[in-house]
Amino acid sequence: MACHGVKTNVRKRRGGKRDLRKILLMGNPNVGKSVVFSRLTGVRVIASNYPGTTVGYTHGLMKVGEEMAEVIDVPGTYGLEPSCEAEEIALQMLATGDVVINVIDATNLERNLNLTLQLLEKDIPMVVALNMWDDVGHRGIHIDLKRLEELLGVPVIPTVAVSGQGIKELVESIPAARAPRRPPISHDERWAAIGSITEQVQQVTHRHHTWLERLEDASVRPFTGIIIAAVVLVGTFLGIRFIGESLITYVLDPIFEYLWTPVVLFLSNLLGGSGILHDILLGNIAAGEVNYIESFGLLTTGLYVPFAMVLPYIVSFYLVLGLLEDIGYLPRLAVLMDTIMHRLGLHGYAIIPTLLGLGCNVPAILATRILESKRERFIAATLISIAVPCAALQAMVFGLVGQRGIQYVAMVYGTLFVVWVVLGFVLNRVVKGFSPELLIEIPPYRIPPWRTVLQKLWLRVHGFLHEAIPIILGAVLVMNILYAVGFFDVIADFTAPVVTGLLGLPKEAVVALAIGFLRKDVAIGMLAPLALTSGQLVVGSVVLAMFFPCIATFVVLLRELGTTGMLKAAAIMIVVALSVGGLLNLIL
Amino acid sequence: MTVTKRLNLSQMYPGQSGRVVGVDGGVGLVGRLSALGIRPGRKITKLSSMLMRGPVTVQVGGTRLAVGFGMASRILVELEQ
Repeated sequence: MACHGVKTNVRKRRGGKRDLRKILLMGNPNVGKSVVFSRLTGVRVIASNYPGTTVGYTHGLMKVGEEMAEVIDVPGTYGLEPSCEAEEIALQMLATGDVVINVIDATNLERNLNLTLQLLEKDIPMVVALNMWDDVGHRGIHIDLKRLEELLGVPVIPTVAVSGQGIKELVESIPAARAPRRPPISHDERWAAIGSITEQVQQVTHRHHTWLERLEDASVRPFTGIIIAAVVLVGTFLGIRFIGESLITYVLDPIFEYLWTPVVLFLSNLLGGSGILHDILLGNIAAGEVNYIESFGLLTTGLYVPFAMVLPYIVSFYLVLGLLEDIGYLPRLAVLMDTIMHRLGLHGYAIIPTLLGLGCNVPAILATRILESKRERFIAATLISIAVPCAALQAMVFGLVGQRGIQYVAMVYGTLFVVWVVLGFVLNRVVKGFSPELLIEIPPYRIPPWRTVLQKLWLRVHGFLHEAIPIILGAVLVMNILYAVGFFDVIADFTAPVVTGLLGLPKEAVVALAIGFLRKDVAIGMLAPLALTSGQLVVGSVVLAMFFPCIATFVVLLRELGTTGMLKAAAIMIVVALSVGGLLNLIL
Repeated sequence: MTVTKRLNLSQMYPGQSGRVVGVDGGVGLVGRLSALGIRPGRKITKLSSMLMRGPVTVQVGGTRLAVGFGMASRILVELEQ
């Protein structure tokens, strides 16, 4: 077969270095490949309970015997006849691998074996990991492991990846991987073969429905489903607020106030209370009091914004989102939202990237890959980058706009929501093509172990600390330097007709708009010292949320939509941000 | 032979089950559905349907699926009596 030639080609191409054996993790969507991957390699990756969590591919290293090998977490596929981008990637990668670990959901043997049998026709050694083995008993399923191994002709290892059970045995079985090279058979023959295998190895006994299964059913019925969705969404919002505010009030504010303020005041004295270095490091400090929001020094606002305003909300948002993901609620929300999302040119599954966008637009735009068509991906990515505010920006809106009253926060959210709906409606009319229908697997509800929830949370928080904080500090530094050299005075005069004339903001607000390109949280923070009215603050926040995305989002947009797509999205962005901002200015 | 009744999936009531007799669509649709378990001969149970021509949820084997209304109308099912 063609695969053989490709395999040797790839090995030669990478010639120079000593080649590592490539181990591919393949299987249906949502069978736990990413969890197995983390277990094998120690590389932490985001795993959730919905099909399509992994859209790109991740690699890591593991030890097989004495040798190191490369492990690749391949996006999930139902078969080897490519029907979407993820499956095409999977097929291409299959040609370059040396061993396949086929991860199977043991509770769903029949459907999973379709891919397994197709893999067995290829010329590549394979072992099978029969994952979610602990669930089999609960569901009244009995599987004859030995017989399954005989029938497939490759090692079959039962595993429970979330707890690590069976992983050691799986690793030990890799040298025993075999390629039975079954003769290719037709569709119908394959389904017949699968039927015969499951009949021989699997017995299903009847048992009563658990409360979790009753809840599963209730959450996709129209009436109970909407009630459950309302409870979940309100609970999510209140939970995020409560955890975020508690962290700020009881942990981070006291730390800054009692521990950091004395240090800042000491440094201020040391630097003589003024001067360029003092202003860059500490900002404006008036008479023994540190205003962490308005001083705008590197060591004052530069630290307070990321650690005491944004971080608490990053922690609370991703904790709650992680729970929703791992329990398996999101695909059900997708079913409920499907009819509405079709009006916006998308289908229900687009709600998942949208929700991710409320955390950070970067992974959200990457996640639009779970949508089938280019058109949907364009609409979804454009809507996310314009109308879905990230957690950092939202935290700042709560922190700053919230001081003026909750009604102003509601105005910001309300405006963004209306823009999301109206823009989606318009894009659906304007962009050529149609939106394909929903076809997704709804995973069972699972109660995730706390350890995996916390690990995933740490992974995301670490990502924020690692990637955002240097940019935040950089943004504050750049801003201070540009201020010092008078750069912004020139710009402010130049853009005054738009900023003041159209948006009704003081001309200095253009600095915030410019810094928004680096970080949205710092940008919102820069509105604080401008002594804006509440209405102006709402306009500023909305325009910042919608206007040019931060640089990280910009790069992802460019990569995912291509130059033309990105330019179109950017044009829409400018027009919408300015017209909505101008309209708000007239109303407020 | 007992009398059987043929319906498409979107016409069925929640709770009804039957056997899939065919999918009225192109190779792509037939292939995608069969990989997910919807293919002739399989037992299928309709779990629910959303209002306003929303998606239909079904159970086939151990899998639960949500299928768009239009697609569901192309899946023909012979009801169990």
